Amino acid sequence: MLNCKDATRRMSEAEDRELGLGERLELGMHLALCKGCRNYQQHLQVLRDACRGYRDELTNPEKE
Amino acid sequence: MSYHGGFDARATEAAIAPPASIDNAFVEQVRRDMLAFAQLQLRDAALAEDAVQDALTAALTSGKDFAGRSALKTWVFGILRHKIVDLIRQQSRTTPVSAFGGDEDSLDQAFDALFKENAHWQPAHRPAAWGDPESSLRDKHFWAVFDACLTQLPKNTARVFMMREFLELDTGEVCSAAGISTSNCHVILHRARSALRGCLEKSWFLAGERPC
Repeated sequence: MLNCKDATRRMSEAEDRELGLGERLELGMHLALCKGCRNYQQHLQVLRDACRGYRDELTNPEKE
Repeated sequence: MSYHGGFDARATEAAIAPPASIDNAFVEQVRRDMLAFAQLQLRDAALAEDAVQDALTAALTSGKDFAGRSALKTWVFGILRHKIVDLIRQQSRTTPVSAFGGDEDSLDQAFDALFKENAHWQPAHRPAAWGDPESSLRDKHFWAVFDACLTQLPKNTARVFMMREFLELDTGEVCSAAGISTSNCHVILHRARSALRGCLEKSWFLAGERPC
């Protein structure tokens, strides 16, 4: 059974490489039971959106 | 060596006339955005200045007739991306990126402190849902906080994270440019995300709910 610390590592790695089936199942089971880690997953998504928004703001050619 | 120092690049820029549609005010604005972008990633004002100057000079002396400002900005940021990766690659050859160091240790300690001995969340630090992140992303105060959080990342951590998220390189390219193993790459990226998450939570998402 994955602990929370390992679950955060795996959620981060999921953004950078394809997880194996076993890894995905383990993470999915953990997330189903752990609200804190589901929130962490939401935070990673917000972070990703923020990075994209920040990058676009600087590089967007249409910016006034 | 195709890499020019800032002084030469500036001298070249002064000697040529940019296309008429590209006025000085526009170039200055693009230059500011490029500098912010390069400085965030390189964490070195002189290197950032050189990279920006080279990219701008390349664009303005290319003889290309840019169909308007948008085309110029897109093109010049494309060049800047390559220059930043080249510079990181060059630097990591002489000074290898280390996954571990003083600043990194303190980030790891702060992260470890969120967990109990059994590696589950400390009740006080268990992540709570962030309310309405979409409206945060439309709030200019949020972006000031985000910028401050990015700036607080240690240099090596920031470079690796920014190559991944801002230059949109895949993990293999990031590890190769930084000259580090894939597993170190994952360690650094996880550390960067955790630090940014913690910073945003403390400075933005929970900031209003705390007594002052």
